[in-house]
Amino acid sequence: MDLKEKLLELQEKGLKQIRESEDLKQINDIRVNLLGKKGPITEVLRGMKDLSAEERPKIGSFSNAIKNELAEAIRLKNEELEIKKTAKKLEKEKIDVTLPGAQIQLGQPHVIAQVIEELEDLFLGMGYQVVSGPEIEEDHYNFEMLNLPADHPARDMQDTFYITKELLMRTQTSPVQARTMETHDFSKGPLKMVSPGKVYRRDTDDATHSHQFHQFEGLVIDKHVTMADLKGTIELIAKTVFGEEQEIRLRPSYFPFTEPSVEVDVTCFKCHGKGCSICKYTGWLEVLGAGMVHPNVLRMAGVDPEVYGGFAFGLGPDRFAMLKYSIDDIRNFYLNDNRFLSQFTKRG
Amino acid sequence: MKVSKNWLNEYLTLDIEPKVIAEKIARTAVEIDSVKRPSEGLKKIVVGYVDSLVPHPDSDHLSVCQVDVGEEELIQIVCGAPNIAAGQKVIVALPNSRIADNVKIKRGKMRGQASEGMICALQEIGFSESVVPKEFVEGIYVMPEDAVPGEPVFDYLGMNDDIIDIDVTPNRADMLSMRGVAHELSADYDVPATFKHPDLKETSDEKIEDYISLALPDKTLAPTYSMRVIKDLTVKASPMWLQIRLWNAGVRPINNVVDVTNYMLMDYGQPLHAFDYNKLGSKDILVRTANAGEKITTLDTEERELKDSDIVITNGDKAIAIAGTMGGESTQITNETVTVALESAVFNNSMVRKTARSQGIHSEASMRFERGINVATVQESLDAAAELIAELGDGTVVTGTASASRLEAESTFVDTTTTHLNNVMGTELSETQITKLFQQLGFTVTTRGSVLNVEVPARRWDISIEADLVEEIARIYGYDNIPSTLPTGEMTPGKYTYKQKLIRQARHILESAGLSEAISYGLTTEEKAGKFIFEEKDVYTTNLMFPMSSERTTVRMNLISGLLDDLSYNEARKSDNIAFYEQGRVFFRSEGEDRPVEIEHIAGAMTGLFKLANWQSDKQPVDFFMIKGVVEQLLTQLQLTDDVTYVASESHEDMHPGRTADVYLKDELIGFVGQVHPNAAKEFNLKETYVFELDLQKLVDAKKEERLFEPISKFPAVTRDVALMVANESANSDIETLIKNQGGKHLIDIHLFDLYQGSHIESGMKSLAYTLTYQDTAKTLVEEDVTKDFNRVIEALKETFKADIR
Repeated sequence: MDLKEKLLELQEKGLKQIRESEDLKQINDIRVNLLGKKGPITEVLRGMKDLSAEERPKIGSFSNAIKNELAEAIRLKNEELEIKKTAKKLEKEKIDVTLPGAQIQLGQPHVIAQVIEELEDLFLGMGYQVVSGPEIEEDHYNFEMLNLPADHPARDMQDTFYITKELLMRTQTSPVQARTMETHDFSKGPLKMVSPGKVYRRDTDDATHSHQFHQFEGLVIDKHVTMADLKGTIELIAKTVFGEEQEIRLRPSYFPFTEPSVEVDVTCFKCHGKGCSICKYTGWLEVLGAGMVHPNVLRMAGVDPEVYGGFAFGLGPDRFAMLKYSIDDIRNFYLNDNRFLSQFTKRG
Repeated sequence: MKVSKNWLNEYLTLDIEPKVIAEKIARTAVEIDSVKRPSEGLKKIVVGYVDSLVPHPDSDHLSVCQVDVGEEELIQIVCGAPNIAAGQKVIVALPNSRIADNVKIKRGKMRGQASEGMICALQEIGFSESVVPKEFVEGIYVMPEDAVPGEPVFDYLGMNDDIIDIDVTPNRADMLSMRGVAHELSADYDVPATFKHPDLKETSDEKIEDYISLALPDKTLAPTYSMRVIKDLTVKASPMWLQIRLWNAGVRPINNVVDVTNYMLMDYGQPLHAFDYNKLGSKDILVRTANAGEKITTLDTEERELKDSDIVITNGDKAIAIAGTMGGESTQITNETVTVALESAVFNNSMVRKTARSQGIHSEASMRFERGINVATVQESLDAAAELIAELGDGTVVTGTASASRLEAESTFVDTTTTHLNNVMGTELSETQITKLFQQLGFTVTTRGSVLNVEVPARRWDISIEADLVEEIARIYGYDNIPSTLPTGEMTPGKYTYKQKLIRQARHILESAGLSEAISYGLTTEEKAGKFIFEEKDVYTTNLMFPMSSERTTVRMNLISGLLDDLSYNEARKSDNIAFYEQGRVFFRSEGEDRPVEIEHIAGAMTGLFKLANWQSDKQPVDFFMIKGVVEQLLTQLQLTDDVTYVASESHEDMHPGRTADVYLKDELIGFVGQVHPNAAKEFNLKETYVFELDLQKLVDAKKEERLFEPISKFPAVTRDVALMVANESANSDIETLIKNQGGKHLIDIHLFDLYQGSHIESGMKSLAYTLTYQDTAKTLVEEDVTKDFNRVIEALKETFKADIR
């Protein structure tokens, strides 16, 4: 048997071994046995010294080709076995992914705070400042500065918790407007503000009344502010809170601090205006009051109504939340039942 | 105000669906409560003639009636009304008819007697009891004699009318009358309205002076005060047309005199009052303020004590009516009345308001006097009433009107310009368009250059300034036609103040820590208000003058009590595992001050399990260190410059003396954290509960670390652990301070990784184990560097705490 035949035999045997190997250790052993310095190929090549100078390179390159072929076969087999090994390991690591995840405790903002935050973000984006004022207010700011003198009939509408004759739990967030107008420096630009906060009325708590609730007030005073601007702003509120498809309608109303005054309805989002029990079959839901600031209110705050004017609006975050989420009892907001609060997670 | 479409038809022609008219009113003038046709939903209700009746054989109150309902044969109906009688025309609900509330009437038997339907009371066909004439309230209604058996009753009773119930705002008192509503609709639809005016014939030789002498020393009580007298009257029921008018307007018919005054009230919006002249007891009528304590029995038979701010009508001596509010019983119109003194006036509105409020009488009359009266029709309505009373009662109007005061009706003139109107509305109306709109309203416009001088008639006393004209034009032009824009003008930054931002952050941090936001009541009891206060100076409660309930008398001075109320509400509903926080104001009053200061606080309360046991891990009950961790995290996130320390405190009355820490920022007390005292928890029906409350304002004011990037060391850190046994009393904070002070410049972190107290070590001792981390930013630390520093710490611990290093 010449060298070439020996080599061919080794090749055939080697490839068979490689094919039949079943684990990484085995294939490693084959590699060391077959291709190592003490391996059979090396052994065969020792016989090359007996070959002619002409044959030697031929056998040399032939043996190298076989070595390479075997090495490549080992590499491929090795790779194959590695993949199998990993697969086996992963198979063992298999878990029931339907088991519940670890408890990550997250709190959420109160639903009313969510409504207020959404509105604040809207108005901050339009260059409004957020202003807060005292919850215990002077009669002067809560009523008189808002064109509600002591014997004004509209004071009937506001049953008030008084602390002294002059001090009261504010019944509305509007006094913040009066306070801000008084101090605003109009030479530095227009006044654009919103003011959310708690207000109090002398009401007995039931499903639709609460002695404590929230208001969100807005005010813009500048040299050229129109009812059209008011309408556009309110439309934006309605669309932001209740959805893009909402339409609004303005109806004349009466507030002592605005003239003209309007009440704003949005299309009932349950029936889309067809009429249902939520909107009492009118197709509309009353959501806020607004108007052009009464010249008396401007004057009392030291703003010249001949030069400046603007609009104001006031809405109830409690009512907004009740409408938006079909909440039927306002007391839910202040009893803080965890089963109620936890329904209002921070949804995008 | 209930507006009858039929009544409106007398003044203007509107061939429009009532619902559409209502929508127009809602969008242009005032709110709509409802639109109803009284006959809607009713069917097969006809006139019947009770031909004969016999008592029911098996009942002591039922009658068996034979009734003619326009068919060939009489039908038999069993009726229980006490006032049923043969010969009456009645309301019959036939078999298979529908009466009020969608009730179906069927043929049946009553105690063995066949009954082919039902004889109805007005209430049973939908009338409110408050408008049913008194004599028919307890029984069936007797129809007019000319009603034809078998015909539907609806036209006889005015039920085929449409009633638009409008909700008039305080500024639109002009719409508290049919004529006012007609004027409004005339403007809304641009159709003319025409009104009848009285045609009073004063043929009597007798003059008013022969009957009445009025005295009104203080004319501010009644700017207009007039009377007429109608004599030789017969008081009886009003004709059907008038009764129908009234009950469709929501007023109960009484008699022809009172009904006419109420009719004029609804028609003109002018309250009138009729006195029985012969019961006045005097020719002299004196209008004055009441004497304090003076008494009068009013029409509702109630004896009322008057105040000196009430206006009264007197016979010179005794009060006979409370002006503008309610008449007196002694002079009321009865069936025996033959001469009537009829009053038409304008009373001082704020005095009437006070009286109405203090007496608790909110009548149709007082409401109108409070909101204002059309000065232009005070006399006209008096004349119209006198004419109609004389006509209906076959009486004679005494010649002349007695007047103690008389306000002349004057137009108001208000200037505006087209530019101004457009500027405020955001529209581009032409002067012609605007003038046209004013004309629709019945206002006359005179142009002087660019100025529009607008004459507003007295019937629109709500209009006095330019802004009022803007409203008139805007609403008649239509709010729907006004464009939608956003304010233009100079840009302004929209951003939170630092305080607002910090508050928002603080809330988010607590939410991330697993606490949900609660909003509790700001008003509480005095006792709860006074708990959990950590102010260093004396503070006092702020109480309401007239609380609505004993639960809400005092403004809160802490947030924790409110949160504990919330927790106990949840606990009572088997919701035991709660973690809440609240952000809001507390109110501290100083001695001698009325007004409290308002301070922003933030507080938390946790009870039960923070995490439930699950397949992976054990349950995690809330404890002191968990809530302290929340506070620590909140304060760490705020990056305060000064050190925060937690100092054991036994001084909080409602807190656990061994598990409460005051929180200090440097030397300033900013709040506390700990376990609610078990006794206090019990008062709220709570189990083990942990709370904290912090003064947010102090955190807003606190210095914050300047935020600069710290280079991250490229060199590895070295750690050393130390376990030591010390006396139980040794505070971790003291040990850590010592380690920090003795640790050397490379010590960057101290971490307590174990605490053991228990049976394996000497009693009175505890074992603590810390990992100390050393690092240098410029080089890799070698053993010697660290060992030297570490050994120094060990020696110091041994010396200071008698620590047994293990």
